[in-house]
Order: sequence, then structure tokens, then C-alpha cells
Amino acid sequence: MIENDTLSKVLYIDLTKKKFQIKDRKDLFEKYLGGTGVATQLLLEECPKGIDPFAPESPIIFAVGPLTGAFPLASKTSAMFKSPHTGDLGESHAGGRSAIAIRMAGYGAIVIKGKSEIPIYLSITSGKVQFKNATTLWGMKDGSIAAKVMRQTEKGEGLRAIFRIGQAGENLATFANVTTETYRHFGRMGLGAIFGSKMLKGIVISGKQAIEVSNKKEYRALYDKIYDMATESPLMKKYHDVGTAINIKSLNSANALPVKNLQQSSIDTIEAVTGEEIAKHHLARRVACAHCPVACIHLAYLREPYDDDPYFYKTTPVCYDFELIYALGTMVGITEPKAMLKLIDIVEQVGVDAMSMGVILSWITEMFEKNLITKDDLNGISISWGDAEGYIKLVKNVTKPTTDFLKACSSGVSHASSIYGGKEFAMSFGKNEMAGYHTGPAGYLGFLLGARHSHLDNGGYSIDQKELVNTEVTPKEVVDKLLEEEAIRQILSSIAVCFFARGIYDLKLVSEAIKLLGFDMDDKKLFEIGKQIHLKKYQFKIREGFSIDKLEIPERIYETNDPTGKITKEFINEGLDYAKNLIN
Amino acid sequence: MKLAVKDAMRCVGCQSCMFACSRRSGNAGLSNTCIGVKSSGGISKGYTVIVCRSCKNPPCASVCPTGALVPKEGGGVRLISSKCIGCGLCKNACIIDAVFWNEDENKPVICVQCGYCVDYCPYDVLELEKDKKGVSHD
Repeated sequence: MIENDTLSKVLYIDLTKKKFQIKDRKDLFEKYLGGTGVATQLLLEECPKGIDPFAPESPIIFAVGPLTGAFPLASKTSAMFKSPHTGDLGESHAGGRSAIAIRMAGYGAIVIKGKSEIPIYLSITSGKVQFKNATTLWGMKDGSIAAKVMRQTEKGEGLRAIFRIGQAGENLATFANVTTETYRHFGRMGLGAIFGSKMLKGIVISGKQAIEVSNKKEYRALYDKIYDMATESPLMKKYHDVGTAINIKSLNSANALPVKNLQQSSIDTIEAVTGEEIAKHHLARRVACAHCPVACIHLAYLREPYDDDPYFYKTTPVCYDFELIYALGTMVGITEPKAMLKLIDIVEQVGVDAMSMGVILSWITEMFEKNLITKDDLNGISISWGDAEGYIKLVKNVTKPTTDFLKACSSGVSHASSIYGGKEFAMSFGKNEMAGYHTGPAGYLGFLLGARHSHLDNGGYSIDQKELVNTEVTPKEVVDKLLEEEAIRQILSSIAVCFFARGIYDLKLVSEAIKLLGFDMDDKKLFEIGKQIHLKKYQFKIREGFSIDKLEIPERIYETNDPTGKITKEFINEGLDYAKNLIN
Repeated sequence: MKLAVKDAMRCVGCQSCMFACSRRSGNAGLSNTCIGVKSSGGISKGYTVIVCRSCKNPPCASVCPTGALVPKEGGGVRLISSKCIGCGLCKNACIIDAVFWNEDENKPVICVQCGYCVDYCPYDVLELEKDKKGVSHD
């Protein structure tokens, strides 16, 4: 890497002692580039084996990559931690201004350990960390208010990222998220609960520095090439126009969209919540992450009249995309857009992963429907499919638990179903609630084998839709394809490129781009490093107790129609058996 | 020619213009940017785009104690870097915050109305307005 690049500076913060230090870790960045690669190594260094994720010594790691701030679409921050939700590897990626702000403040990674005795937030700038009293912000029911206060108190307008948790994180719901820039999230795996356990309400970080490149002329030429691809490619246009929500219609017609806890994979009343219809009737604005011209973030405006005052309306901006329409729409049987937007809004306010929340709500509904739990378990709430008002109450009751049952739900469906039953329809994989793709066996093998249990860490649903629908692909071939794709994605998340841009940044282009930042690695070497990073992640998982043999698979996936007709126990088990030899 | 904000409502906050402005000087990052995009009190309310208006009688130049900012014919200022002591009075004098600051060098960065940023706005927020003569004042 280039000698003066501050990418190799790692900021270590101790919340117990309220101290910080900056170390140069060129050793890590030169080997693993940044992002996920470096964060994985830092996690292996900093996280004691077998530790309670909520213990003070349990670390939070953020890392960005060499291309962040230099090329467009490289604006993701990798967060890594021991997940309180799954008990092994926790990894979440977020955009917004998070990565740009960390890089522009002069850091490549941040490690946070310890625990404060009072609620605090951190104000981070170049070479400096301030520990600010957040007592007054603790316990606010809407997390966006805390962000507003930080916005008004701190400097760095237009250049800063503001991370914060909501009430769910404070209450240690194991799927609590960390929100940045109001609408982006370190969503999955419970980073918000780790913030909560450390009494860390939020982080404000900003900076504005230069990044040296090795050849200015070549840099500008390559920049223009990538920028043109980003603004002219039809794929990126798809993310901008209707956004990811465009997939609702096609997955629904293909019988691949989970409905009512995957009792169905399609619903007749889908029309009003398709991406196209929401865009037509509710979309108000599209916004972008810093240094990404695509602008894939879609904000709807929800206009609700007040009952007690005529012509007086509450207007609420609500961010939506495919996963939210699935999790807080079809999965819970809601296909009325305003009701769905209201539910999304409350999930934003309390600060939890929307996918986990939707799956938990749908599991609760089925438990209630089957009389496996009572109204008392739900603090007096009767729930049925499509009842948005009931779900809004339940979200509040799960994230600030009022009964033993709801307390169990605040640790996810895998945990709750191990106590109360209903495992055969508890839709989680590796203890993480499913994403909205009932596309076929490759999708499920991806959920089970993906190192971060998110839909985007594997190409499973794409193998289902492009190949398995039409042709015969063996389970072994599926696993080989998944692992190959994993290696590539480890590189993308190590240079902090958004996975939406995976069609633009192939490994050859990555090699060209990082060369201008002083990294000399060809596409083959990058692929090898990707494989190493993936294995390192598995090293951490296995160290913390993960085993393919212990994976639980809900029976429901074998019962509901899918586009391939190939989701069988034989297929899944053969794939898992084969993967065991490659991973363990 | 004069840089202008055509329609801030179309701004998505991608900050491609800011990176372009800084890149014009050769490096990556944001240290040299003299265009600003910030939310108008939260992202849902949209963005404020700040560009130098090339004032005819520029307040930034009026307060400069060393003559480092020289008013240009037709509006705007030119920075003579060697004369600048980095006092920051110009920054405070600009009430729209269009005098940006290079933290690494502790000096202002002043828009030269080159229009490089305009080509990197995919959403038609910025434009180069022609003045009466239709020429640049550089």
C-alpha cells in the first residue's frame, strides 16, 4: 500500500477506561486489503474464545477498504463481532456515509472494547475520540430522536456518519441493529445489542482528508470508466428506478416469495405492495450512500390523518426495499401498503433487524393460530395474519419484553422454539431468520453455509433462478459454486465494494483499482486471498461452536412449493455432507 | 461561466460532485473539495447543495487581512496561496459556507468555476450558467 495512506491506522477504543490509541497495522492491510478481511483477523485477535458476546471484553470491529473514498460504490463498512443472536460469527455491512467518514477521519478500522458505566456516545475525528454523556438519550422510544440530538450537537455536517441504537439494543434483543444515516443499517446478527451491552448509544464520526494515488492520470481514467459503468449500466439503473422491490412481483409469480411464515410461496393480493405500485403511489424520494451515484435507497411518505383534528396529518418518511416488503409484508400476510409502511416505521423506531422481526412475528402468529401459545403469552394481544395494528403492539412487546414468551422471542425464533416448540416452522437457518427467497435448494444451502447467514453473502438464490429451474445441477456442484462465489464476495467486502456492484467490479477490475492505491495483486491472487478470508471466518465460527452437524432445518421448506421443485432432504443433506469436507 | 444549482430537489446526496472537485487536484478523498452537499436537517428532508456564488463584491475578500483573496472581474475570487496565513476569516465571512477548508494545508479552497463537478452529477442538479459574454472569467 502507499506509504502515507492512513488506511492502515487502527483506532482502538476502551470504553471502560475511556481511553484510545492508534496503531499502525500495515501488516494486516497489506495481507487482507481491509473491510471483512482485516476485520476477521482483528476479531480473531481481539475476541477471547468462548466469551459471552455481552461481556466487556467482547469486541466490536469496523473496517473499511482501500477503494473507499477513492472509487465509487466502495462505501460499505464491515462490522464484525461475536453474534449474540447465533453465538458465533457476527458480520453486518452498512453503507450510508459510514465507510467514507471512517476513511476520511484517517482510519482503516476501529476496535471497540470495554463497557461504560453510564450511557455514552463517541465523537470521533482525525486523531481524537471524545466520550460524550448519553444519559439523556437512553430509553427514548424512537431511535431517530437520539440521532437528531447528536446531529444538532456535533460538527461535520455533510461529512459525518451517525451510528445509533434504539430501545431494542438497549434492552439486549439479540437481533437489535445499528442504524446509520437514518435509513441504512448494520442490520443482521445483533450488533445493536452489543452496543447496548457496552452502554454505547451511538457514534458520530467525520473527516475530510486526501488519499494519495500512485498515478493521477491513470486514476482519473479508471475512475471515469467505473463511474460510467455505474451510471449507465441497466443493472444499476434497476436498483435506482424501482429498486430491489422490483423482485416482489417476479418472485411472487414464480412461487418463491415466503408468505404467512412460508405456509405459501405466493399470494393473490400482491399487487398493491409490488415495487412498481409502491413507487407509483407512495415513493417520495430516492437517496444515495456517500460516493455512490446509484441512489438505490427508496423513501415512501406515509400520510395519516389524526382522528381528533380534521385536515391535520402526520407525514412520516419510511424506507422500504425488497426484504422489508417480504418480512413485514407478505411473511405476516400484510398486502395493504399503508399498514405495511406503518409496521416498517415502528421496526425502525425500536431498532431491530427487519427480517428477523418479520420471521419472529410470523412464527408467533402460527404458534397462536395452532393454540400452542395463549393470549396471556402475548401480553393480552390477539394476533392474526395481516393485523398490522396487532403486529405494531407485538414489536413493542418483543423489544421491551412483557412476558416470558416474548422475552424468549427477543432472542430469535430458534431460541424461542427450543423452549415452546414449533421448530418445524421456525424459519431460521444457523439460528438466523430467513431472507425472502424460497427459490430452491441452492438458496437454502447458501443460508446454511454462508459465513454470515445473510442472503447476500452467497449466490444461492441466483443459482436456483438461473440454473436449477431449468437444468440438473448436483448438490456438490451447487456447493462448489457457492464457495467460489463466497471467495469473490470476501474480496468485494474487503475492498468495501457494495455487492450490488458485483457485476461491475470483477476481480480483474479490482486488481487494476487497488494497484492505484499501492496493492500489487492479480485476479488469481485475489481469489486465493478471498478463499483464505472465508476459511478464517469459518475458523472463528468453528472455534465458537459452529458445526454443520448441528444445523437445524425447519420441515416447512420441504412442504411449500418452490420454482425448482427440488428442495428435498436428500439434496440438502448431500450438499451439507460434501461441504463438511471442504470447510471443517 | 458560473456554477449554479439548477434543482437541489433532485439531489440524492451521493456526493459524486464533491469527490470530483477534490479529484480535480489529482488525489482521491475530499480534502480539496469546494462544493458541499449536506442534508437539510435529516436525509428525509432532502439536501442542501452549496456552491460559491461568485459574489460581485465578495465578503470573503473584504475580510482577508493579507490580500490573499483577490476579487475577479465579473465576480468571485482568486486565492494567492503564498499570501494566505490560514486565519479563517474568509470562511466565517461567507454566510452560505461556500469557503471550504483544506484541513491538511490549513488554507481555504476556493471554487474556480471550472464546472468539473457538473459532469459528475448524474441527476442534473448542477449547471454552468453562461454570463452575458458567455465566457469564463479565469
